[in-house]
Amino acid sequence: MDAAFMGETFLRLLGGLPLTLNLTFASVVLGLVVAMSLAAMRMSGVPALDWFARAYVFVFRGTPLLVQIFLIYYGLGQFRPSLQAMNLWGFFREPYWCALLALTLNTAAYVSEIMRGGLQSVPAGQIEAARACGMSRLLLARRIILPIAVRQALPGYGNEIILMVKATSLASIITMMEVTGIAHKLISETFRAIEIFICAGAIYLILNFLVTRAIQALEYRLSPHLRNAPSPMPRLVAASE
Amino acid sequence: MSIFSLMSFGSEGWGLAMVFAAGVTLSVAACGFLIGSVIGSLIAWVKLSGGVMARGAADAYTTVLRGIPDLLVIYLFYFGGSAVLSSIAGLFGPGGFVGVSGFAAGAAAIGIISGAYQSEVFRGAYTALNRGEIEAAKSVGMHRALMFRRIIAPQVLRYAIPGLGNVWQLALKESALVSVTGLVELLRQSAIGAGSTRQPFSFYLAAAVLYLAITTVSSWGFRRAETYAMRGVRRA
Repeated sequence: MDAAFMGETFLRLLGGLPLTLNLTFASVVLGLVVAMSLAAMRMSGVPALDWFARAYVFVFRGTPLLVQIFLIYYGLGQFRPSLQAMNLWGFFREPYWCALLALTLNTAAYVSEIMRGGLQSVPAGQIEAARACGMSRLLLARRIILPIAVRQALPGYGNEIILMVKATSLASIITMMEVTGIAHKLISETFRAIEIFICAGAIYLILNFLVTRAIQALEYRLSPHLRNAPSPMPRLVAASE
Repeated sequence: MSIFSLMSFGSEGWGLAMVFAAGVTLSVAACGFLIGSVIGSLIAWVKLSGGVMARGAADAYTTVLRGIPDLLVIYLFYFGGSAVLSSIAGLFGPGGFVGVSGFAAGAAAIGIISGAYQSEVFRGAYTALNRGEIEAAKSVGMHRALMFRRIIAPQVLRYAIPGLGNVWQLALKESALVSVTGLVELLRQSAIGAGSTRQPFSFYLAAAVLYLAITTVSSWGFRRAETYAMRGVRRA
């Protein structure tokens, strides 16, 4: 182990960090949008939409992400003439867009299930009570359903974000030079796999640590009802003990 | 050529090669999963009854391996393993390059990763045990090994089945990453076929279908195992 090499490696790996963050952020946000429509389809009660959402989730959760990336990046090349005719080739030619599309579609499948779990965890009694008060559907969703569902789904969603941070590493296989891509390049240049692994691993660990902390903070903010109430008169309590 | 004739089993088709590659995928995932079971149960044991230092190390192990991309771990085992083996070989004579096989590196990497997940599954299953049963076993004078064999192990396995099913699915999907080592498993075989026939979509689609078949059959198997294991448990 030599410190100078490690320091230099760490700096070079940091050069891939913007791309890793970019892919994570973009796919998490876009995935959330797709997941919302999937969850809406799943809970719409329309059989065709429901079955489409089920089939989507089944396929994307049942196959490895790398296969999905290859199917989009290499596989669609088979239809190049028709894609060119539709002016879509510019999109599917770029590894960045293919990786982003695959990550988005993949995470959407998992997130839609997390959302569905959250929405279904809202106790029926609460919804009935809100209706009994005469709340409109919109107010009911805003005041009762969403806050409870979001609070319930948050831990699962946090796990999914961490999985996405890790999943962006697969973009390196289709030539994207994010942290893992640079690590692979450095390993094949220097053959010092262990030192490079430690540096790259540290970057991902720090990222994921920050994600867990952020989610924990959000969870704390969203669950004031689960915290102990502050005692109204601390001095009186102290005196009585 | 349609995808069906492409994937046929005759001398012109790639069907046999793909099914064989699916077998390699299954075996590397299964080897990794079994290594992970051994590691996972040892780590769970440390977490449940180790000292402060050992527990800290076990927690660090799970945190680190669950927070690092699987691909990096595979690179570490594949390239790092070769470096270590080459330097060991260098001690015995004029050293050359000694490579680790893709299968060994892949199975080891999947084992180390799934061990981290399995340790949590086993720990959770142990805490779900009824304390009274352990006290009862102690009070009839069972020694630790007998208690483990008759009371703890069967019930921990019973409660662990759903979690183990999830970890197995993860291991299967990780096995696709082992293709970066050049091991000819399902994804690598598809890449080879795609390259020589210039029909990448057909090949990756066939790979996706085979993965889907494997995951579907195995989740059905785990559900069967769960109902079988739970047959003696009274439900509310």
